[in-house]
Amino acid sequence: MVTRISKKIYLYLIFLFLYAPIIILVIYSFNESKSRGVWSGFTLKWYRELFNDREIASALYNTVAIAVLSSIIATIIGTAAALGIYNMKKFAKTIIMNLTYLPVLNPDIVTGVSLMLLFVFIKSFTNIGLGFFTMLLAHITFNIPYVILSVLPKLRQFDKHIYEAALDLGSTPFYAISKVVIPEIAPGIVTGFLLAFTLSIDDFVISFFTTGSGVSNLSIYIYSMARRGINPKINALSTLMFTTVLILLLIINKRTSKNEAGNSNINLIKSSNNNKNKNLKGGYNAA
Amino acid sequence: MKKNWFVYPYIVWMIIFIVAPLLLLLFYSFTTTTDEGIKFTLEHLRRLWDPIYFSVFLRSINLALISTAICLLIGYPVAVILASKEYSSNKIMTLLFVIPMWMNFLLRTYAWMTLLEKNSPINVILNLLHLPPLQILYTDKAVVLGMVYNFLPFMVLPIYSVLMKMDKSIIEAAEDLGGNYFVVLRKIIIPLSVPGIMSGITMVFMPAVTTFIISRLLGGGHYMLIGNLIEQQFLVAGDWNFGSAISFALMIIILISMSIMHKYDKEYEGGAIW
Repeated sequence: MVTRISKKIYLYLIFLFLYAPIIILVIYSFNESKSRGVWSGFTLKWYRELFNDREIASALYNTVAIAVLSSIIATIIGTAAALGIYNMKKFAKTIIMNLTYLPVLNPDIVTGVSLMLLFVFIKSFTNIGLGFFTMLLAHITFNIPYVILSVLPKLRQFDKHIYEAALDLGSTPFYAISKVVIPEIAPGIVTGFLLAFTLSIDDFVISFFTTGSGVSNLSIYIYSMARRGINPKINALSTLMFTTVLILLLIINKRTSKNEAGNSNINLIKSSNNNKNKNLKGGYNAA
Repeated sequence: MKKNWFVYPYIVWMIIFIVAPLLLLLFYSFTTTTDEGIKFTLEHLRRLWDPIYFSVFLRSINLALISTAICLLIGYPVAVILASKEYSSNKIMTLLFVIPMWMNFLLRTYAWMTLLEKNSPINVILNLLHLPPLQILYTDKAVVLGMVYNFLPFMVLPIYSVLMKMDKSIIEAAEDLGGNYFVVLRKIIIPLSVPGIMSGITMVFMPAVTTFIISRLLGGGHYMLIGNLIEQQFLVAGDWNFGSAISFALMIIILISMSIMHKYDKEYEGGAIW
């Protein structure tokens, strides 16, 4: 009994630690005064200012556009690559898999810096400057390995004979892949896509190094704002982002708990975090 | 299934965007541009041993180790509680634990800037209680706090998932044989969760050692960890050669520690080297 109560208290203390900063941000986003510690009345002016902010609008656009494009392209290249890797000889497979793990395990900052070196190098003899396009290329690059690593386990579960049966029944290899193999590994593809999307939305470090002047995503924008000091507009932005995420999560959770009781929460956990090596490793331990 | 060519676009992509950048990094680390052109040099690597820079490495590793230890101390009980009989069927608690992770990493760190400020709500409360104010913003403590806050879930989740897969009847058997809670914890739960602990340690230590956001926002503008040093060399000092050398060294440190940790991780598959 005593342990039960102390367990509960401990858990609530941890939740307090986790949620206190977020709650404070939400409260202050409605505070009239710009300075902290003083509550000078309820206001929505920070939200109004937020919506009238051109820079935030373009940062939001860049974030979403890059996340959508990079995750779609990474899913296509990554799924094709996984199909190819699955059929490779052991030696070639080992080499490719080690290379695939490299950007996953490499610190973000090293990936970011090395891509920056490449883009600057390319810029020296073409007119492709650093900006939206280079940021997109960087995001595709760090997303592909996650798609591959999500699809491969599904391929291993796949029964090759089904594919052979399709061929025996007269289908072309391409038809067999699109009608037999792809539907079988679809859950892995979807997981990979979602993982890529969330990683892209959340990325700061790699974007920071691979973008050019004037082009920023939300993370970069928040960083530059936070560096200049506390700004109530960020509070408003945080509140909106947190509410969006919360609503999305509740919807997803409701849908998945209908389908497969509970298990999918853990998948959500994995795709959730922004720091990559960890979530993948955690993910693959549990998968 | 003969569709090996499917992998070619990926291979081309990898060569351009993964292999080539790393080769460029290596090239920059070992060369210097003088009036006569580009020359091979070991100067940048030697500079890493300069006490100014070497102490940055030591401090980063030190702070990351402290944060990892705190995460383990705080996080292990959380994982055990979440995986225990009372809570394991109740997914809401686990969900509540991960929701903050869904918020943008920078916003979470920024939130702590607000909480640790001079006029922060914490200090207002402390003031009302006539206690001395908490003044840790822009110190080591704030950086460690930021790391613990951001990376705690990375410690809890792997341990939690290992504990959830554990056969619960083993615990019941131990209890039937007369083991009290602490004996069960020490003899059964902890030894069986070692793989989770190992990946938790890796997952906290790696980002902690390479971060430059937490140290910049919570440690102040002049605070230096390896990440800040790299950023500064590339974006402020403009010394790309030395910046590359530091990045290269950081990459080596990370890959070596990864491969050490993976010795403990039996389920890991794929890469044989890392």
